[in-house]
Amino acid sequence: MKNSADLFDKFSALEETREKLLGGGLNPFHIRMDSVKSATQAVIDGRDVILFGTNNYLGLTFDPACMAAARSAIDAEGTGTTGSRIANGTYALHQELEAAIAAFYKRRSAMVFSTGYQANLGVLAGLLGPGDTVLIDADNHASIYDGCRLSGADIVRFRHNDAADLDRRLGRLETGGARAMIVVEGIYSMMGDCAPLAEFAEVKARHGAYMMVDEAHSLGVYGAHGRGNAEACAVEEAVDFVVGTFSKSLGAIGGFAVSNHPKFELLRLASRPYMFTASPSPSNVASVLEALRLIASTDRHRVRLWQNARVLHRGIAALGLDICAAPGPIIAVRMAGPAQAFDFWKRLLDHRIYTNLAIPPGTPNGISMLRCSVSSAHGDAQIETIIAGFASVVKAL
Amino acid sequence: MAGDSPTVLDGIREQLAPYNKNGIELTEATDINADLNIDSVAILDLLMTIEDAYDISIPINLLADVRTVGDLADTVRKRIESGMKSGAA
Repeated sequence: MKNSADLFDKFSALEETREKLLGGGLNPFHIRMDSVKSATQAVIDGRDVILFGTNNYLGLTFDPACMAAARSAIDAEGTGTTGSRIANGTYALHQELEAAIAAFYKRRSAMVFSTGYQANLGVLAGLLGPGDTVLIDADNHASIYDGCRLSGADIVRFRHNDAADLDRRLGRLETGGARAMIVVEGIYSMMGDCAPLAEFAEVKARHGAYMMVDEAHSLGVYGAHGRGNAEACAVEEAVDFVVGTFSKSLGAIGGFAVSNHPKFELLRLASRPYMFTASPSPSNVASVLEALRLIASTDRHRVRLWQNARVLHRGIAALGLDICAAPGPIIAVRMAGPAQAFDFWKRLLDHRIYTNLAIPPGTPNGISMLRCSVSSAHGDAQIETIIAGFASVVKAL
Repeated sequence: MAGDSPTVLDGIREQLAPYNKNGIELTEATDINADLNIDSVAILDLLMTIEDAYDISIPINLLADVRTVGDLADTVRKRIESGMKSGAA
C-alpha cells in the first residue's frame, strides 16, 4: 500500500526546480569533473575546461611541496586516523598544525576541525547557549546559521554589512552587549564583498560584545601577511574569534578557529562538532601545514592573485556586465534571472569555461549570478580565453 | 494589552501586504508559508522590518512557533510587552 504522506513531499518545490534545470540538458549542481589536471584545468564531459569557479585562490592544490608533504604523511602514518580528537585521533601532526595556525595568527590557541562547516558549527554551538544572543549578518554562510540554531542562543539578524543596523539591534537587547556575540565574514562567498570590519569593531567595543569573523574566503588573500580582512582593516585586536577553512586558499579540507581567550581550550570538551567526528587525515594535515608555511614565507601567490583579479574584473566589466563587488578573488556577475544565468553558464561551458551558477534560494536578495573565482595559478593565456569567452557569450545573447 | 491587539494585527497585515501576491484576505488564520508562499529568507527579512517598525528585538528562533498571521501578531505583542516591562524596570 502506498504511503499517502511521503516524507519527500516537503521537497516538491525543490523537485520542480530540479526538473526545470534538467530540462536544460545539464544539471549545474551535479557537474562531474572527469579528471582534474591542475589548479585551473579539468575535463568535463570529455572536454578540457578552464576552472573559473573554484575557491582555489592561491592555486595550492597542485603545489609540489604540498603534494609531497601529503604523500610522505600517507607513507608515514597511513590514510586516516579512524578516531576523534578526544580519543585516538590526535596525532603529533594535528598539534603541530594547531601550533602553526596559532603562530600565523599570533593568537594563544588554535583548534582544528575536520571541515570548515564544522569549524563554524563547533565554535558557535560549542560556545553559545540559551541565554546568550548572537547577532548575525543577514548574508552569513549556512554553516553560521546552522551553528547558531544548534546553539540554542537567541539569533538576531542584522542587515548585510550595515554597522548602524547592528548598533540599533544591539541597543534593543535587554542585556545590551553582555553575553552577545557578533558574527560576520571577512568577505562574502557569493557576492565577494568585504565586511566593514572597522565599523563593526567600533560598534562591538561600544556595546561590550564579542566578535567572531569567518575569514574562509579572505585567508591568504587579504592583509599584508594574508591573515584576512581583519588584518587588512587593522582590527585584529577587536576580533575575539577567527574561524577559517583549509579548503580554499590552503587547497585541502578542514577548518580552524583561533582565539586569545584564556579559556578557549575548554571548547575541546564542549564542542560536539569537534568531539564527535573523526579527525582530519594525516595527509590532509601535512599538506595544510606546508601550505601555511608557504603563505607565511612568500607573498608571491597573493600578488599574482590580485594581478589576475584586477585584469579579469576589468575585462569582464568592460563587456557591460554588472559585477557585484570591487575587484577581488570572487567576481560575481549579476544576471537578470535564473533562466538567463543558466543560459549564460551553459554557453560559457561550451566555450570551455567553468563558473559556478548561483541562483535563489542560495543567493542573497534572490539574485541570480555567475560566481567566478580567480586563482593565482591562472596564466595570462587562460585569462585572455576567459575574457574572450565572456565576450562571445555577451555578443551571442 | 488586549485593546492593542487589533492594532498589532493590522500592522502585521500591512507588513505582509507586499507578499500577498494573490490578494487573499489576511486573517489571523492565514498560514504564512502555505497560503502566502513566502520563502524562508523573505520571512527573515520581513522579521527585520517588523522589529524596526516596533523597535523591538525578535530572535529568529521564535519563528519556529509561528505558522499563521495570528501567531506572528501574538509573538510581536509578547515582545512589545516584555520590552515595556524591562523598560519600566
